[in-house]
Amino acid sequence: MFKFVLRRLIITLPMVVIVVSLTWGLIRLAPGNFYSGEKKIPAAIEKNIREKYGLDKPWYVQYGRMMGSVLRGDFGNSLRYQGQSVNQILLMTLPVSATLGLFSYLIALLVGILAGTLAALKQNSRLDYASMALAMLGLSIPNFVLGPLLVLVLSLSLYWLPPARWGGFPSWNLVLPVLTLSGVYMAYIARLTRSGMLEVLRADYIRTARAKGLSERAVVFRHALRGGLLPVVSFTGPALAFLISGTVVVERIFALPGLGNYFINANLNRDEPLIIGIVAFISIAILLFNLLVDVAYAYIDPRIRY
Amino acid sequence: MSTQGIEAGGTGNMPPTLMPEAGAEPLIAIRELKVHFDLGGGTAWDKLVGGSPVKRVVKAVDGVSIDIFPGETLGLVGESGCGKSTLGRAILRLTEPTSGQVLFRGENLALLSERRMRQYRRNLQMIFQDPYASLNPRMTVSQIIGEPLDTFGLARGREGEARIRELMETVGLSPRFIKRYPHEFSGGQRQRIGIARALAVDPDFIVADEPISALDVSIQAQIMNLMARLQRERNLTYLFISHDLRAIRHVSDRVAVMYLGKLVEIADARVVYDDPLMPYTKALISAVPLPDPELEATRQRIVLQGDVPSPINPPSGCRFHTRCPWAIQACKDVVPPLTEIRPNHFAACIRISPDQPDIEQVAPGDAPGLRNPGRIIAQ
Repeated sequence: MFKFVLRRLIITLPMVVIVVSLTWGLIRLAPGNFYSGEKKIPAAIEKNIREKYGLDKPWYVQYGRMMGSVLRGDFGNSLRYQGQSVNQILLMTLPVSATLGLFSYLIALLVGILAGTLAALKQNSRLDYASMALAMLGLSIPNFVLGPLLVLVLSLSLYWLPPARWGGFPSWNLVLPVLTLSGVYMAYIARLTRSGMLEVLRADYIRTARAKGLSERAVVFRHALRGGLLPVVSFTGPALAFLISGTVVVERIFALPGLGNYFINANLNRDEPLIIGIVAFISIAILLFNLLVDVAYAYIDPRIRY
Repeated sequence: MSTQGIEAGGTGNMPPTLMPEAGAEPLIAIRELKVHFDLGGGTAWDKLVGGSPVKRVVKAVDGVSIDIFPGETLGLVGESGCGKSTLGRAILRLTEPTSGQVLFRGENLALLSERRMRQYRRNLQMIFQDPYASLNPRMTVSQIIGEPLDTFGLARGREGEARIRELMETVGLSPRFIKRYPHEFSGGQRQRIGIARALAVDPDFIVADEPISALDVSIQAQIMNLMARLQRERNLTYLFISHDLRAIRHVSDRVAVMYLGKLVEIADARVVYDDPLMPYTKALISAVPLPDPELEATRQRIVLQGDVPSPINPPSGCRFHTRCPWAIQACKDVVPPLTEIRPNHFAACIRISPDQPDIEQVAPGDAPGLRNPGRIIAQ
């Protein structure tokens, strides 16, 4: 197990290098520059800017510098937010995105697993059909539709909740973004749980558990859930990585100062260090969360050995 | 002591009280047990969406009555899909019976609440067919065997572990493996775990549902011998379900033959094999290969034509009439009752009687509309 984790951690580094290189190449391929705007800049000023940021050097020198800074873990200064380093921005925005993402996922897990399990236990009942229909609805409504709808009803019509902005933690401002964000995940987890549980509940060892004289609750919680939730566990890794590292649309809709929102701005502004920094951070997060899931797998299912 | 079956003319008559010894009380008495599975169909909605226009019901077990006596092994044979596993599960309420009674010490198990039924699981246990799938892959041997001890508060902690080790030794597993997981064992060893698990609560009655069919032939004998030893030591009563005719003969005191949800013949094991009465049993027994090549070359086989009919809306009358070489028109109309043709030998066939027990003396069937008459071939 230790060796497995070590191997995976070692692989993380080249993976990040590849992702960052591709990102950097794509930024360079796109026309335009961070200083290019609607107003034409005099040639002399442009020359100064290029010299200052090293854009006059050959591409491999620029690439080497960029990669050096990534490997040192210091992404340099943002080009747009003057006087702020990328690391500062990451530290500032991460708590916002992480709070939002974690909460959304916890709620999605809670509701999704509950609904999925109940639906599986009462397969083909009204409860099953109702929850699966709701889940289908949840999957089909994109969050850029669900968010404004919720705002329209719950805050602009009923005045129950604030429609936007970050209010720290805890605050009522969190409710709408969390609802919006968790909807799809809730629906997906409910469906994953239902199919996973249905498969396990039909397994012979569940009949064995019943034959042992266990109560239905013990059969479900001790025997069925552990196996039935495996698909949810494997979904959790990437889902959590994405959620915590910022959700572009929802943060935009609710004007939250999270990673996702800054990521959009960085792209629009051609803020190269910020883009690189956020991409590197997200890819590390995804790799680590997937590693965590694999480790968790070994604990849940003793047949898996690394 | 002539007894009548239940289905004569469709009205419930006296149940067969099948007694190997006069005066013995059955441990389990099954009466008119039915397990039907509704496949849907037949509603207005089904007609609308193109489902089956008629209601489709699988009659997996359709009115089975039999007594199981303390200390005996009752063998239950039949082809795949004849309902023998369903019958075994329905006795233990692992599949809910549709109607009928399962009397255990005078208590009708079929009517108990789930909570009360759980109490009875101490007395009634099951050994499952597939030792690979029937053990929770996420539990250690000690958890698998120990869980029933916990559930019934039989032993806990150190005492519990001592019991688990003892059980493992009883079934021939080294207690060293107590912390291992099922996937680390061979098929035979896993089946031993399953047996230890069933024994943990010290039951009186065990349904063994094809306990050896997933195992190598060399392991099959070991498991059968283990089960026989445990039966002697612990005074167990078995319902041994199998499609393996030789295995059934080896382990059973009495044998019941099932065809499409109904019992068609019950007798002492030796009698069923040496002198089967009901045509289906005859065909079944004639399919057992003989170990002696010379005898094997000359043995008479009854080769049945066609497949077993679907248990969805099964044939009328005697369910075997579509394949029976001796069927007549009446076989299509009358459900044959399980009748005591010879002492303690019951068969469900209207063409034989205590006066004329040999079907071969009866002329081959001339029932109109029999598309698949069987034939007898001498090889």
